Amino acid sequence: MKSEKSRYIMPDAEDVKQEILQKYPAKVAKKRAKSMVVNDPEAGQEIQANVRTIPGIITQRGCTYAGCKGVVLGPTRDIINLVHGPIGCSFYAWLTRRNQTKPPTEQSENFMTYCFSTDMQDSNIVFGGELKLKEAIREAYAIFKPKAIGVFSTCPVGLIGDDVHAVSKEMQEELGIKIFGFSCEGYKGVSQSAGHHIANNQIFKHLVGLDDEVKGGKFRINLLGEYNIGGDAFELERIFDEVGISLVSTFSGNSSIDQFTNAHTADLSAVMCHRSINYIAEMLEKKYGVPWIKVNFIGAEATAKSLRKIADYFGDTELTAKVEAVIAKEMPEVNAIKDVVKKRSEGKIAMMFVGGSRAHHYQELFNEIGMSTVSAGYEFAHRDDYEGRHVLPGIKVDADSRNIEELEVQKEDEKYRADLVAKKTKLSESGYRFSDYDGMMPEMKKGSLVIDDISHWETEKLIEYYKPDIFCAGIKEKYVVQKHGIPLKQLHSYDYGGPYAGFKGAINFYKDIDMQLNSKVWKMIKAPWENEPELVGSVAYAEY
Amino acid sequence: MRKIAIYGKGGIGKSTTTQNTVAGLAEMGKKVLVVGCDPKADSTRLLLGGLAQKTVLDTLREEGEDVTLEDVIKEGYGQTRCVESGGPEPGVGCAGRGIITSVNLLEQLGAYDVTRFGTDYVFYDVLGDVVCGGFAMPMREGKAQEIYIVCSGEMMAMYAANNICKGIVKFAEAGGVRLGGLICNSRKVDNEAAMITEFAKKLGTQMIHFVPRDNMVQRAEINRKTVIDYEPTHGQADEYRALAKKIDENKLFVIPTPLEIEDLEKLLMEFGILN
Repeated sequence: MKSEKSRYIMPDAEDVKQEILQKYPAKVAKKRAKSMVVNDPEAGQEIQANVRTIPGIITQRGCTYAGCKGVVLGPTRDIINLVHGPIGCSFYAWLTRRNQTKPPTEQSENFMTYCFSTDMQDSNIVFGGELKLKEAIREAYAIFKPKAIGVFSTCPVGLIGDDVHAVSKEMQEELGIKIFGFSCEGYKGVSQSAGHHIANNQIFKHLVGLDDEVKGGKFRINLLGEYNIGGDAFELERIFDEVGISLVSTFSGNSSIDQFTNAHTADLSAVMCHRSINYIAEMLEKKYGVPWIKVNFIGAEATAKSLRKIADYFGDTELTAKVEAVIAKEMPEVNAIKDVVKKRSEGKIAMMFVGGSRAHHYQELFNEIGMSTVSAGYEFAHRDDYEGRHVLPGIKVDADSRNIEELEVQKEDEKYRADLVAKKTKLSESGYRFSDYDGMMPEMKKGSLVIDDISHWETEKLIEYYKPDIFCAGIKEKYVVQKHGIPLKQLHSYDYGGPYAGFKGAINFYKDIDMQLNSKVWKMIKAPWENEPELVGSVAYAEY
Repeated sequence: MRKIAIYGKGGIGKSTTTQNTVAGLAEMGKKVLVVGCDPKADSTRLLLGGLAQKTVLDTLREEGEDVTLEDVIKEGYGQTRCVESGGPEPGVGCAGRGIITSVNLLEQLGAYDVTRFGTDYVFYDVLGDVVCGGFAMPMREGKAQEIYIVCSGEMMAMYAANNICKGIVKFAEAGGVRLGGLICNSRKVDNEAAMITEFAKKLGTQMIHFVPRDNMVQRAEINRKTVIDYEPTHGQADEYRALAKKIDENKLFVIPTPLEIEDLEKLLMEFGILN
């Protein structure tokens, strides 16, 4: 292995890019070229993102419904997520992200283990499905008596024009519980990103701000953009508990809707996945004055840094001391495992094409075990996730984005936290950064290749040229990559692993990656045609 | 068996023309199946004498899978077999999908079985413009082979006819559907016959018949009958007989050449403002 590695010569990213583009028709090549950037962290480069996928290119992307129902609302346990549509839409979006939940008691509501659907049939398409939707809502209410039901629109609902909002309103009046709809038809927008925005809007409109009770805790925060994949939230809750930070709400790992209704009473919002949840962070600040900061709990160092940043915000010596104590307590174990793994992982290279934040956050974990990320990109991110929020004013809002509602939020005087606004002003003056995210590109090495909405052709070419030691993506890419003899780590569902967040999560990640990297099985795999040629023939010559 | 679909602008008189023509064919001894493809389910009223017809989709909804031909097909004037697709109330669901479901079901039930019914003609009477894929169903491969467009000399009717021709081109290239001609259902517009003849020529087809405007049609309709049934000796009955005969003898089936909007407007200027 070692000698093999020492002979490894990193290919030139520009060459790889040209090689990839060469195969495309001129128009496709022109468009794809803008989504492929040979990174220069100092140069302030622009990348094309959040634009329509080229048909036929084999994209990683998912649909708007998946982003709304699966990602944002999926991890909330006490709302019935009723999918209005054919059965497959609900079934195949059910718990596939491995988002876990832990109800406070055995008796507490948890509907995540159920899969709800109106199971639309041909006749519901022809004659309209509103009646069936009403019946389904009544039935769900009769059986489960939930306090809230969310209704999710699938593609056919949008095509035939069933009004999920009107039905929800009518049923809310009839049943006296919170019922609201999402116009998150799969075909909307260019990726699942549109679904995140729609989910943010409806949660904010229908839930946030309903419960004003300031519950216990001295240091009260919201954790946004954390989805409890493989138990990430449990590890973060453990850490927050130890340092004495109270979670008012999490959007939406291990969450309940009661938390959402109370989120405006927090003193700070800490944003993990910027792409999927920045809308709520922004609206919370605009309406209630709750400021937000960007954090990252993926990676032990990143976790320590984020905890310190939260402690700095509160400026409380006791909290700061507690944070330092916890970091000091956790790090020896982390370092011990890290040092062992690093001996085997140092110098190896990774690639990751996933999410709207994960491709950035997970580079931290790989850095910690001495690995470098030579190429990365997002599935559904926007330019600000690559280049940083400073580019926001310059982002062209195209027709696809205009199709998604932009909520008009006004300051609510009675609930507005002037004290927090003053605190923000003061801290900002001393250089503390609020409402900011630098994006992935400034933190990636010069010469690395950044690719948005990567296609399968591009994936295969990258593998051919870079021969990465590990590739991170999702289930749709997993087996294609593994057939090249390269292990793939799923960063949507973590395969069967996790948690990977926080300190204990980092340890899990080091171990899992070590196992994948150093398993000899990948070198043993030979496809049948590698042992014997597919076609056998002989050539005959004749001379005249 | 010839399969014919009648298209045209909403309100132009497709159902009336279809049923009156079908009556003419029935009188000639032809066996005809009429498939109404309009959610309003009023394509067979004149043939059935106003008999309220249970639609395919209603039956499917109420009976489940257990539907037989006898449930949905009723016999009307001159032994014509009449069926209505039906569909949702205005403003809900998807009427287009309804047509697809309904036509597929009729096929599966064997409604087109020639040996069983000896059918000479199937007529699809389709709602207004081809607003979505569902309403193009009768044009798809294996369904109608001949299209007749009902129009008049009014600008919007010709505009709609031109658009329908664009649809026909698309399906003609993929399948076997052809345009059989324009039926001018007169609105007493200036130079109407000459204009539609010229319009048809430009489309590469023919004005197969000019049906003059006559109040007898209205009177027969009020009595829930076709003209041939209600007043067989009236001149208007002969017009429909003539149309039926021309369709029966028609040999001109083309892939139309739709006009550019400018050309269509030019045509209207030339003929409409002549006097």
